[in-house]
Amino acid sequence: MAQFVCPVPLPAKDKILLGHGSGGSLGAELLRRVFLPAFDNAILAKLNDQAILDVQGVRLAFTTDSFVVKPLFFPGGDIGSLAVHGTVNDLAVGGATPLCLSAAFIIEEGLPIETLEKVVASLHRAAADAGIEVVTGDTKVVEKGSGDGLFINTSGIGLVPADLNLSADRAQPGDRLLLSGSIGEHGIAIIAQREGLEFESQVRSDSAPLHGLVAAMLAATPGRDSIRCMRDPTRGGLSSALNEIAAQSQVGMLLEEEKVPVREAVKGACELLGFDPFYVANEGKLVAIVEARAAEQILAAMRAHPLGRQAQVIGTVTAAPAGMVSLRTALGTMRIVDMLSGDQLPRIC
Amino acid sequence: MKYVDEYRDARLARGLVAELARKVTRPWVLMEICGGQTHTLMRYGIDELIPSQIELVHGPGCPVCVTPLEIIDKAIYLAEQPNVTLVSYGDMLRVPGSHTDLLHVKAGGGDVRVAYSPMEALKAARALPERQIVFLGIGFETTAPANATAVWQARRQGLKNFSMLVSHVLVPPAIRMLLSSGRNRVQGFIAPGHVCTVMGYREYESLSQHFRVPIVVGGFEPVDLLEAISMLVAQLEQGRAEVENQYTRSVTRGGNLPAQKLMEEVFEVCDRKWRGIGLIPQSGLRLRAEYAAYDAEKVFELQDTTVQEPPECISAQVLQGLKKPMECAAFGKACTPERPLGAPMVSAEGACAAYYRYRRHAGAGN
Amino acid sequence: MCLAVPGKLLAAEEREGSRLGRVEFGGIVCEVCLDLVPEAVPGDYVIVHAGFALSRLDAEEAERTYQLLAELEQAANQTPAAAPAAPDPSGGM
Repeated sequence: MAQFVCPVPLPAKDKILLGHGSGGSLGAELLRRVFLPAFDNAILAKLNDQAILDVQGVRLAFTTDSFVVKPLFFPGGDIGSLAVHGTVNDLAVGGATPLCLSAAFIIEEGLPIETLEKVVASLHRAAADAGIEVVTGDTKVVEKGSGDGLFINTSGIGLVPADLNLSADRAQPGDRLLLSGSIGEHGIAIIAQREGLEFESQVRSDSAPLHGLVAAMLAATPGRDSIRCMRDPTRGGLSSALNEIAAQSQVGMLLEEEKVPVREAVKGACELLGFDPFYVANEGKLVAIVEARAAEQILAAMRAHPLGRQAQVIGTVTAAPAGMVSLRTALGTMRIVDMLSGDQLPRIC
Repeated sequence: MKYVDEYRDARLARGLVAELARKVTRPWVLMEICGGQTHTLMRYGIDELIPSQIELVHGPGCPVCVTPLEIIDKAIYLAEQPNVTLVSYGDMLRVPGSHTDLLHVKAGGGDVRVAYSPMEALKAARALPERQIVFLGIGFETTAPANATAVWQARRQGLKNFSMLVSHVLVPPAIRMLLSSGRNRVQGFIAPGHVCTVMGYREYESLSQHFRVPIVVGGFEPVDLLEAISMLVAQLEQGRAEVENQYTRSVTRGGNLPAQKLMEEVFEVCDRKWRGIGLIPQSGLRLRAEYAAYDAEKVFELQDTTVQEPPECISAQVLQGLKKPMECAAFGKACTPERPLGAPMVSAEGACAAYYRYRRHAGAGN
Repeated sequence: MCLAVPGKLLAAEEREGSRLGRVEFGGIVCEVCLDLVPEAVPGDYVIVHAGFALSRLDAEEAERTYQLLAELEQAANQTPAAAPAAPDPSGGM
């Protein structure tokens, strides 16, 4: 074939784009290009949602997350409760019992103090409900125009049982994929509030702490190895979480479209905007890779828990193609569920 | 969802596939024009379901893909102006211009906003009188009425800070161009159901007669497309060449008259360059002279530039259905959604993006 | 092109010189411009693109198509083994 010359030269990729933060492949590339080479160590290289540290015989889970959601208040939550749930969940999916949190606030000059008070109250309530406390924190103020009103970072510590080893590189062919409930609610609840896309929506964010559900699942497992790993599919949605695990474990995955629950209102919003629910953020769901023979038991335990009533087995881990997630559609045909490269944008096309 | 789910029903799809298998006796090459239909075909694997004698090729039905480079560059130039707010449908943000794209301009501090509807750009113009609001008005005939309404309302409301950068394209001239080409292999067309919702399908009758090609107006769900394919194959097997309508729940022969009237009021037909294909005469829409005050080209005195696209670029062949994306040497290697070399890889509806997203590994078998 | 979705028109009103409607799509409600479909009334389904209704969905046509397709699906499911037991009245084979 003749030398391929394109009329469109590559755009200069020297700036950070919003898409780098959306949990898709652009973000993954940033990780590989900038962060991993700099912080080269074995724990980080596992790329789990939390770091498991052995500290003088005690296994600690340590994680951090920053919350930049806009709008600050949305149906089903706010940046305060989200800041607790997000970090608690990153600990929980590592099998950790959350112990405590730190909370650092970056506040834009001019934010009404009443708004800050509301957020802090919500954060405190969410922490109390999760059985933990905010034990340390920080406050910074930035000039007007430098932030979306308020950014919060929370870091969390949890205790991991000695013999539990949940890690994204442990999925094996034959394992089952379990999803705790319907997808896409948080992302749609947020976007419904954004300027220019106002629609009345009955969709509430599913933001919730998952450590209770995880505890129930662990209690139901026949052996410590039965649950290979868990993820909470936040930014980038279910697709990103599964693609990451498939890549880390070098396995394939086969999903059944009909098995993945999506609420009618989420579906309606996705149809209108041209979104795929597989890529929309969740904040109160988890996906678990479990040994096939333990799947029924664990599923039953999930369904017995308030946060897992809609739990389903949505697919299987396969040997090949490694690193690729495939889907059997409602029509019985096959397609790939790819990693999204950036944000989903409302489209007319 | 009513009127959506029924047309995704697996049993109906299987019934249609079985009927198709009974009807087809020879190989046929069919083309769908609309990017939305390409997306459905890929997403549901329709090409895997239908009998192998039927080959589906994809036409230039992605307005994002065919928007001329010059328009993207003009939009980028405007977005870089300090007093301009550029509002666009989300599809256009990642399409590469000559040097960069709107997303990068936004990253660099340009005021670039995404809108679901052009009316939001009007709202922005009213809310921000100190800024110049420019709306990037691209699309096929489906989107033209919405864009026309925005301009018409802007004039009615006497807005002084709103304009539109228009780059509309029309489907029938593109079909004519494809059918007139000596290299054309397409024997039957699925006409785009939402374009025809606006325009009706009278324009396709002369094409069908002149070139003796069957054309079926099709919807966008799997069952719609399977039914349209079935209707085309029936015509081909019977040696007929007519225009038929599958998407009867939305399309009538005359189309949407108020929409056409508004388009006629605001726009006029002009020659238009299609990216990757070249100039197709009388295949575009531009604002009429009476609306010059709302034409961003006039308001900002934008210069006409010409960007030469080298003949080696395969986008043209993909857009005309002459090559499949997987046959491109750069597909999946130098050219991916993160680093698109051409527009068909960027747009969600572009053939290359659809193949990349859904079908990458199946290329080995296809 | 042309991502357009059917939704149910719940209510309509005149505002800012346009006829605007509240349209429901599977549980979310959006404001849609109805200027291009003046004949649509609450209860109708409309097809919406970029915030504009482009057509009033013809429920009869939708029903007719659906029935045809359902018959087709049944025909596809009938194999010789499943053929009706009643003998051919003409006596032919």
